[in-house]
Amino acid sequence: MSLDGLVDVARGVISREIFVNESIYRQELEQVFGRAWLFIGHESQIPKPGDFQASFMGEESVILCRDRGGKIHVFLNSCRHRGMKVCRYDDGNTTEFLCPYHGWSYGTDGALVGVPFAKDAYGEQLDRSRWGLIEVAQMENYKGTIWATWDRDAPPFLDYLGGYKLYFDLLLDAWDGREGGTEVIGGIHKWLIPCNWKFPAENFSGDRYHGVSHRSVDMVGIGPSGKGRRDMQERNEARWLDVTFPDLGHSMIAFLRKHDSPIAPAYQDAPAVADYFRRCEEERTRRRGELWRLFGGPGTVFPNASPLARQPRTLAVWHPRGPHQTECWRIYLVDADAPPEVKDFLRHYYIRYSGPSGLTEQDDMENWNYAHAASRGTVARQHPYNYEMGLGRATESFEDHGLKLPGRIADVTVANASENNQRGFYTRWRQFMEAKSWADLKR
Amino acid sequence: MTVDVQQLLVKQEVEDFLYREAELLDERRFEEWLELFTDDVRYFMPMRRNVPADELAREFTREGLDVNWFDEGKDTLTRRVKQIRTGVHWAEQPPSRTCHMVSNVQVLSAAGDEVCVKSRFLLYRNRVETETDVLVGKREDVLRRVAGGFQIARRKIVLDQNVLLAKNLTFFF
Ligand code: FES
Ligand SMILES: [Fe+2]
Repeated sequence: MSLDGLVDVARGVISREIFVNESIYRQELEQVFGRAWLFIGHESQIPKPGDFQASFMGEESVILCRDRGGKIHVFLNSCRHRGMKVCRYDDGNTTEFLCPYHGWSYGTDGALVGVPFAKDAYGEQLDRSRWGLIEVAQMENYKGTIWATWDRDAPPFLDYLGGYKLYFDLLLDAWDGREGGTEVIGGIHKWLIPCNWKFPAENFSGDRYHGVSHRSVDMVGIGPSGKGRRDMQERNEARWLDVTFPDLGHSMIAFLRKHDSPIAPAYQDAPAVADYFRRCEEERTRRRGELWRLFGGPGTVFPNASPLARQPRTLAVWHPRGPHQTECWRIYLVDADAPPEVKDFLRHYYIRYSGPSGLTEQDDMENWNYAHAASRGTVARQHPYNYEMGLGRATESFEDHGLKLPGRIADVTVANASENNQRGFYTRWRQFMEAKSWADLKR
Repeated sequence: MTVDVQQLLVKQEVEDFLYREAELLDERRFEEWLELFTDDVRYFMPMRRNVPADELAREFTREGLDVNWFDEGKDTLTRRVKQIRTGVHWAEQPPSRTCHMVSNVQVLSAAGDEVCVKSRFLLYRNRVETETDVLVGKREDVLRRVAGGFQIARRKIVLDQNVLLAKNLTFFF
């Protein structure tokens, strides 16, 4: 299907068709979800040999598994004989995946190890080495987060991240500036929402404009200092940067403190927690130097993994379920070595902020729900959405007091918001939808 | 067969209390509903995993340790009510229509001033035009005797779902 006239990023106009059209959706499953690097899970969810965790790539169930030798794999969760799901548990520890239909069994390394009546029924016919679980083409453990792609021609994960690494690391590096070190708090929020997966993906990529959505929670106050929905002082003292990489599709709402900015007070509801984070920030200034000034917010790793790099510190995945439905999964991250009282404080904040029971995100889901529903009509589809905000105002050579930052950056400190990031997201989306293969997608 | 009249009276009292609570919720009298909770209440709703039958100890996310649907006290419950009253909580604007059906009330124990109660709920939520959710599960309550009746000191809500089928939880159980 041609996207001519549907996605005009240069003019800031995008058709509603791309959110509601069945054939565009099927093309997305093949060309976006079949090719891109997708987030699978976190290594702290499978610490021991034999540990596994169910996940999804697009619509399809996969198993994240650490084999008996300790190596991590991602398998399609479907038996090679007639396709039965070989794992219907959310997580656990096992020595094998036994298919409940006819009893083929697979090792934690995916090898077909058991076939009932193998000798009598198949004779010498069955070459087991060809019938193991289907494994992803490439897998990467990046600072504890596991990513995979079905496409062997996809570039290595670090190339896929490209310059976005600097921003994505704001989620995955320890608060005090050491590399990596996150763990997942137990439990994954999983819930269904009635809208296309791109609504949450583009919202997280950089929608600073939807303050009115969250006015009620700002009035009520659930933030770590008892006011608003988050700690605002550090943001209010910083430059607001909408960062996107149009040729990668990744974006983030970022902030840059003034070069002589002090550490802003935060977490005022709990002195011990406030102390802990102040010490972390001090340590971070020592380790990171000028880069200490950079901190993150919501973002999206193309296509459907959305970090929230500050607080509440989360990684959400928007699994497509047809054009009109999305299954949201969200994990919550903390520094593994943070003290228990800090982890508990954050856990409470995460729960009251995020997901279907969170005071903040409940209102996001209402908006995505009815924005999608109202876009399905024959007449509605003839009228595109507007993505003009901040057109032509971004720079590829951002610099502040000698600190250069990568990406196409719109400084929205005065403007409050732009659609720089959404335009970046749809630039890459269109490239994926028009490219014949990764050869076309690599510059 | 002997009937323990005292037990029957407690059960009747508990049922009346739970039905009255449902009434307050369905009539959107949330401030009065909040008064039914002790100041130190724990309001807890875990998530449920699919696990093998011999590993059911892991089925629920843990109170006080894991991410749950709800794991909170009166302060957050109060803020939820205030949010609904702001008039700009779009997920409850226009307000949902709810119907709380409470059944299978069992008094598990009644010692001192606390009564442990288990019940089933069927919560029907309908909003805007055709949006409909049906949520079914169990509640385990600890009711504390106070002047003039009970207050809820602890509520555990067990929803019989894995992936939450509702887009949000802007209502109370
Ligand atoms: S489908 Fe798995 S053994 Fe037949
Ligand atoms: Fe939002």
